[in-house]
Amino acid sequence: MNNANPSQVSTKEDFLLVQSLEGMDYRMEIAGMGARSHAFIIDWHIRLLLAITWILAVGFALYSKEEIRTLFKHEHLTTPQMVLLIPAGMIYFFYHIVLELVMVGRTPGKGMAGVRLVTLQGRSPTIGAILLRNVFRLVDSLPGLYFIGLLSVALTRNQVRIGDLASGLLLVYDNTVKPKTFRQITNLAIHSNLNPEDQELLLDLLNRWRELSKETRSRLAQQFLCRIGKPFEIQGPTKKTDQALKAALENLLNHP
Amino acid sequence: MANIQPDTNAALSQWLMAKKAGWEDLENKLKPNKAAPISPVNEACEILSSYKAIMTDLSLSRRVNGDTLITRYLENLFLKTQEEIYRPSNNLFSRIIDLYNLEVPVLMGRLKNSIISAFLIFVISIATGWFLINSFPDLISLIAAPKMIDQVQSGRLWTDGLLNVTPSSMLSISITANNITVSLFAFAMGAFYGLGTLYIIGLNGLMLGGIFAFTASYSLGERLFSFIIAHGVVELSVIIISGAMGLELGEALVRPGSRNRTQAFQNANANAGKILFAATPFLIFAGLIEGFISPDPSYGLTGRILIGVCSGIIFWLIMLFGLPWVSRK
Repeated sequence: MNNANPSQVSTKEDFLLVQSLEGMDYRMEIAGMGARSHAFIIDWHIRLLLAITWILAVGFALYSKEEIRTLFKHEHLTTPQMVLLIPAGMIYFFYHIVLELVMVGRTPGKGMAGVRLVTLQGRSPTIGAILLRNVFRLVDSLPGLYFIGLLSVALTRNQVRIGDLASGLLLVYDNTVKPKTFRQITNLAIHSNLNPEDQELLLDLLNRWRELSKETRSRLAQQFLCRIGKPFEIQGPTKKTDQALKAALENLLNHP
Repeated sequence: MANIQPDTNAALSQWLMAKKAGWEDLENKLKPNKAAPISPVNEACEILSSYKAIMTDLSLSRRVNGDTLITRYLENLFLKTQEEIYRPSNNLFSRIIDLYNLEVPVLMGRLKNSIISAFLIFVISIATGWFLINSFPDLISLIAAPKMIDQVQSGRLWTDGLLNVTPSSMLSISITANNITVSLFAFAMGAFYGLGTLYIIGLNGLMLGGIFAFTASYSLGERLFSFIIAHGVVELSVIIISGAMGLELGEALVRPGSRNRTQAFQNANANAGKILFAATPFLIFAGLIEGFISPDPSYGLTGRILIGVCSGIIFWLIMLFGLPWVSRK
C-alpha cells in the first residue's frame, strides 16, 4: 500500500511540508472541515440524483405503473426490486471509490470545492489507499451523519477522518495550474509589459469572468485597467460596457 | 514584484522562451493516456534528466518570481515528474499475481496469531450460543426474527423454497453484497481498539451457534447444516480473516511498539488491507455457491460437503501458499 518513502514529511500550521531526497521542498495547504463538508455535500447530491435517476428511468422503462406501485409490498426481495435497487445502491455506494480511482484522488464535488486527495508524500493516492479509505467510511459514518468522521476531523492535527488516518491520505487544496493557464501566463510573461502581479490579476479576472456578477466584474475590470494606466470610459448601456470591458482585457491577453 | 526592473523582465522573458518548450515536452511525456513510446528506456532517461532540470528551474523561479503562477506550474510539473519516477509498475495484473504469490503468504504467516485468535473467539462464541439456546430456548427471540421462529416451529427452514421467490443470480448478488459488508465491518470496527471486531465476531458466532441449537431442537439441524456447508467454509473463513485483520488494528492501537499510534495504525492497515483485498473476492465465489447450489434440493449432502471442503482447502492453500499455477519469482 505504501511505496518506498523518498521524502521527509511534516505538517505545520495546516500545511503539509515535504522535502524530497533531492532536497527540493514543497508544501500543500491542508483542507479543513469546511472544504471537506462542501465537497461531500456536492458529491452526496450527485450520487443520490444518479441513483434516483436510475430507479425512475429503468423503473418506468421496464415496468408498468401498477407494478411500480406494488413493488415494495412483497414480503421477499423480488427480481424487479433487485433490478432497480442493486444498481442504484452500487451507484450510491461505489461513487466515491470509482471516481477517486478514475480521477486520481478527485471527485466532482472535490473538484468544485477545489480539493484533492494526496499521500503524505504529496503524491497521487494508490489504488490500495483509496480502497482502504473508503472501507473506513463504515466507521466514519457511525452512528449517523458522519459523526465520528467529523469528530476526527475536528480533533486531529491534519484534520483527517479515520479513513484518511488508516490509508495515510490527506485532503489538500488543489493548486494545479492547467496547461491552458500556463500557456497564457508564459505568453504574457514573454510578450507583455505588465508586471507579473498584473499578469496574474488579468488572467484571474478573465478566468473567473463568468462566475462573477456583472457589477462586480465591471468594477474589477475598470479598477484593473486604471491600475495599468489604461482607464476605460463608460459609454452606452451596461451590457455593451460589460462586453467592451471583457474585450479590452482579452486584447491585453492576446495582443500584449 | 510590482516594481520589477525592465532588464529583469527581459531576462525572465528570455529564460521562459528558452525553457517553455522543454517543460511542455515533459508535460506531454507525463500524460497518462499518451501512446507507448518507441524507446521506453530512452524516454525514461529523458524524464530523469528533465527532472533534474525542473528542480533547477523551480529553484530559480522561486527565487526570482516568488509565488507566481509560473512557480506553481513548475511545482506541479516537479511533483508529476517525481511521481512518474517513483511510481510502481502500471501492470495491475502482475501486481495482483504478486500480491497473492508473494505478499499475502508472508503476511498470513506474520499475522497467524491474530487469525488463530479470531478463529478461537468465533468457535467459543458458537459454543456459547449453542449452550445458551439449548439451556434457555426462550432467548432465541433475541437473535432470530419472530417469522423465522414460527417457520422453524412449524417444521420448515426459512431457506426452503428460496429459489421459488428469487432467482439464483439475484440471490448470489444480494448474498455477496451482504457478506462483503459483514467482513468489511468486522475489519473496520477494529479501529475501536479491536473491541468493534470482537463484538462482530462474537455476535455472529453466538447467532450461528444459537440458531443451530434452535433448529436442532426441532430436528432441522441437519438440514440447516446441509444448506450451510457448501458455501459456509469459504464464507466463514473470509469473515474470520477479516476479523483477524480487525484485531490487528486493535493490537496496533493498544500496543504500537516503537512507532507512534498513527504510524502503527497505518502500517497495520497497509498489511491487513492487502490480505483483505486478496480474501474478499472469494466471497463472490461463496455467494455463487450460496445462490446456485445451497438452496437447490437436487444436490445431496455428500456433494455439498465435498464442495464445501474442496472450496475451503483451495481458499486456504491460496491464502497460505499463493497461486499454485503461477511460478514464484
